[in-house]
Amino acid sequence: MAGQPARKDDRKGRPQFSTISGMELDECYGPEDVSGPAPNPGEYPFTRGVYPSMYRGKTWTMRQFAGFGSARDTNERFKYLLANGTHGLSTAFDMPTLMGYDADSERSLGEVGREGVAVSTIDDMAVLFDGIQLDQVTTSMTVNCSASILLAMYLVVAERQGCDWKNLGGTIQNDMFKEFIAQKEWICPPEPSLRIVTDMIEFCTKEVPRWHPVSISGYHIREAGSTAVQELAFTLADGIGYVQAAVERGLDPDEFGPRLSFFFNVHNDFLEEIAKIRAARRLWAKIMRERFGAKTDRACLMRTHCQTSGVSLTAQQPLNNVVRVAIQALAGVLAGTQSLHTNSLDETYALPTEEAVTVALRTQQIIAEETGVVNTADPFGGSYAMEALTDRMEAEAQAYIDRIDELGGILRAIEIGFPQREISDAAFDFQVATDNADYVTVGMNGYRSTGAAGPSIETLKIDMAIEKNQVDSVKRVRANRDAAKAETALDAVRAAADDGTNLMPPIIDAVRASCTVGEISDVFREKFGVYGDPAWI
Amino acid sequence: MSETKLRILVAKPGLDGHDRGAKIIARALRDAGFEVIYTGLHQTPEMIAEAAVQEDVDAIGLSILSGAHMTLFPKILDQLGSKGCGDVPLFGGGIIPDDDINELKKLGVKEIFTPGASTQDIVGWINENVSPRD
Repeated sequence: MAGQPARKDDRKGRPQFSTISGMELDECYGPEDVSGPAPNPGEYPFTRGVYPSMYRGKTWTMRQFAGFGSARDTNERFKYLLANGTHGLSTAFDMPTLMGYDADSERSLGEVGREGVAVSTIDDMAVLFDGIQLDQVTTSMTVNCSASILLAMYLVVAERQGCDWKNLGGTIQNDMFKEFIAQKEWICPPEPSLRIVTDMIEFCTKEVPRWHPVSISGYHIREAGSTAVQELAFTLADGIGYVQAAVERGLDPDEFGPRLSFFFNVHNDFLEEIAKIRAARRLWAKIMRERFGAKTDRACLMRTHCQTSGVSLTAQQPLNNVVRVAIQALAGVLAGTQSLHTNSLDETYALPTEEAVTVALRTQQIIAEETGVVNTADPFGGSYAMEALTDRMEAEAQAYIDRIDELGGILRAIEIGFPQREISDAAFDFQVATDNADYVTVGMNGYRSTGAAGPSIETLKIDMAIEKNQVDSVKRVRANRDAAKAETALDAVRAAADDGTNLMPPIIDAVRASCTVGEISDVFREKFGVYGDPAWI
Repeated sequence: MSETKLRILVAKPGLDGHDRGAKIIARALRDAGFEVIYTGLHQTPEMIAEAAVQEDVDAIGLSILSGAHMTLFPKILDQLGSKGCGDVPLFGGGIIPDDDINELKKLGVKEIFTPGASTQDIVGWINENVSPRD
């Protein structure tokens, strides 16, 4: 087999011509396949983009997700990225931080600083952003069930730097629905999780008005194996769930709507991905206006971040990943993304090396500076195939959203495992297609190398000593703080959990009193209960 | 083929939520005729060894994509040993570098599957290497 790949170019012999998500395409599209001219970029429902001149005004934000080892290690990587032309920071935390455990918890063993940066205390957070003035950058933080605590830490670090919260820009992922659906990082069950998210939307709308308190994310849904339509549909259904909860809290969609942001995957299928994001903007605009009565265009605009698809990259022949990332990134740009992360070629092995992340960043810079695609907005607008695909993505996603409405909304759908099962089925079908080589991934199940297997690239190694240092550091913080003050602060979080007042102010006070990520998460566990994986196959 | 179905525990240790692979394997093994017990996410080594004993399994497959494999595999081997089922074959899959694979095999892990392995590869390996425990 090696060296003699089956010829796949006899495409006439194949039973169907479908996207990677199984959406069958026509041989050719014509005027009869499209619904009519779409409004211009910058006009409702924003299918063609959120701004009239798109990247002429400014290019997308190049935002590379980074985090590994200690706060000091990651602070250095942040400064390296800023020096090399990234526009904004994006923080990856390690698994213990993401799951609400301190470095010295039994549960954290072996995982401290491995998949991201370890942050247990306000001191760690201060080191992470040392020398970076927080009102001068925008920061994205990928954290969900412990997001309230990490945002509190960010706000306190900013305060200590002398920044006004009103001037802080950034995003916290904080999308708990998709955690239950796909990424599976949680502390308490769906209902109290939604309460915490809604508290954060309410708090940020008033106190940190430039902050995006939730990034409604399809990325992880796709990585978990969904189709493009499922990614689109479940993401928007999640969005509906948050807006509904905020409206029920008494918030005005015209006020908080502009602060909602989105995050989509850009996978391999070029046309399908562009159509997906065009359809997403149109669907969201209609949802905000028709379902929630938003009057302003700003509240209907879907601003999105995109990231190239980690799961599409191969361990085999890793240099090929540079090509995949470039094509996916180009799709994200042609789809009109507001910010972009390009994956590094070595990400199937480890967190990226500095060299690999530089190639990934340069890929974005090449697209921006050399290809000319920034010169005109939505160049695919009016393409028969693109418009027809966009319409289909919209219709098929709408059918899923209707189904979720029938089930009683996204919270209920999650509780009975509807989106989870749909994704598992799609993931399994794709594995079968891969095993049978109906879908060929170059270098993996076709066009294999004849040479030795294994990586031909250097990968990042995380020093095992980091775990020990981090354990010592969290113990030191606990020993040196005012214990009575810390306990009083945790009691105030407990009280808010009980009486339903907004959790953010007491969490911020707890962080000021050096309470840790694990301690505040323990209050959630105590008051709201612990969610366990239903382990559906 | 034996009359009794082999009982396989598919387990997901650690804090990460990457269960796509574990669930696909669980389903593929079930479709291949094995009795499959899936632990779900976020299992500690103790929980996994306990499940192996309770369910009286013939083999255990671990899925680890968090980089914590050099901590988790040995801990699980220890736990199995202390519960008197050190003879249950332990295999695994995930993002695990070659050097670590060699090390893990020395410690007693029977096989490690890396990205790109097909479900048929894993079914075939089980059929050849796992037999019912009396």
